[in-house]
Amino acid sequence: MKNPKAVKIVLAVAVAALAVAGGLPLHKHRRYRMPVVAGPGVTKVVKLGDFAPRLKGSKADTDVFVLEGREPGGKALFIANTHANEPAGLLACLILIENAVVEKGTLYVIPVFNASASRNTKPGDGYPLYFDIPTDWGAKRFRMGNRDASPLEQWPDPDVFIHYPDRQLLSYIDIRNTNRTWPGRANGPLMERVTFAAMELLRNHNVDAAIDFHGAETMFPVTNCIVAPEKSSKIATLASMTVKAMEGFDSHVEPSPKNFRGLSHREIGDFAETMPFLLEAPIPFLDQPTGPKTVKLLLDGKDPFLLSLAKKKKLFVPYDEDGWPMEKRVGQHLSTALEILRQFSKRNAERSIVISGAPRYADLVRDGVGKYFHDPAKADPKSIYYE
Amino acid sequence: MNVIMILYYLITAFIVGVLAWNFVREKKSANDMLLYLLVILPLVLRLLRVK
Repeated sequence: MKNPKAVKIVLAVAVAALAVAGGLPLHKHRRYRMPVVAGPGVTKVVKLGDFAPRLKGSKADTDVFVLEGREPGGKALFIANTHANEPAGLLACLILIENAVVEKGTLYVIPVFNASASRNTKPGDGYPLYFDIPTDWGAKRFRMGNRDASPLEQWPDPDVFIHYPDRQLLSYIDIRNTNRTWPGRANGPLMERVTFAAMELLRNHNVDAAIDFHGAETMFPVTNCIVAPEKSSKIATLASMTVKAMEGFDSHVEPSPKNFRGLSHREIGDFAETMPFLLEAPIPFLDQPTGPKTVKLLLDGKDPFLLSLAKKKKLFVPYDEDGWPMEKRVGQHLSTALEILRQFSKRNAERSIVISGAPRYADLVRDGVGKYFHDPAKADPKSIYYE
Repeated sequence: MNVIMILYYLITAFIVGVLAWNFVREKKSANDMLLYLLVILPLVLRLLRVK
């Protein structure tokens, strides 16, 4: 080689340019803040770390929006973005924060439960970094996250994740999955501290019902359903039958397996008095045999390969040319969650939770998701929170 | 940040140093120079806490 120094400089500059071009979008994504306009029902906003000191101030700490009614009653906790690549739950919870008013009881809403996962990405699988929801005042931008927390917050992974307290052996990566780390430990790995803080909230505030919003592939059998353990199954069944009869969509009940540990619908019920529910709405974007993982696929759920598979009866949900649009998924989440609270309240009058101002399935399908988001530019700055 | 995580960052920094030193010492092969740089890339992104 005639001039190795010159070759090194050229190569180093080229690789540095590659690093900047690839790294800068990830850097910006990690720091992007989603504005949330707290609606008239939000009475205070606290941090999840307030319930567990070892979480406080960490990158995994997150906002808890509290909607307190004028009358005392029961209490419920809604959790979204446990898996930050399943955004229908996030949108449903943000719609509640921006629009719902609690008349009786208290509603706690954690829209970004796994804050670290919401800043994690999956560019290797071609996932978009953001998605935009059209509104009357322009596009509202959301961060697209990943299923698991970022290794920047919790690293290294073990060879095998040993669940606490059952010592069940789980996949190594599930140590960063906040739907495998329940009930958690005060001083465990960071994601265990997240679930432990939520358990402390549930236990110390006598929360009656907890609803964890998720999305699942159309080819996965546990989709389009309410997952409930024995103690919640009656309410879940009544809610499932009611939304089917009154609102025309299916969300069947799946039993929470006793021997699969770490999941919210199992551990919350076993380690607190709270009745847990986990809602799964179909998300074609997460299915493996689809076309490119575009924002369009995320929002409209239309994919020709899934359509072909549906004709061969390989999917676990009805699927046609209309796909499975976001407004339908968000609407299902909202209606099912509100129906669970209504059924709970009917059977526990002294602990009832009454919510007004929240749209339901038909409203979302008719109006779209964007109609229920308020323009941060026109809102009172004191009511804006950044997630 | 726990102790193990700090140790992993120190290990990463050490490997980055070794790779950078090999890059500096390489005189003959442009392929090897490029290889050192590409291997170093994800480690630098981790040290900078980008990815």
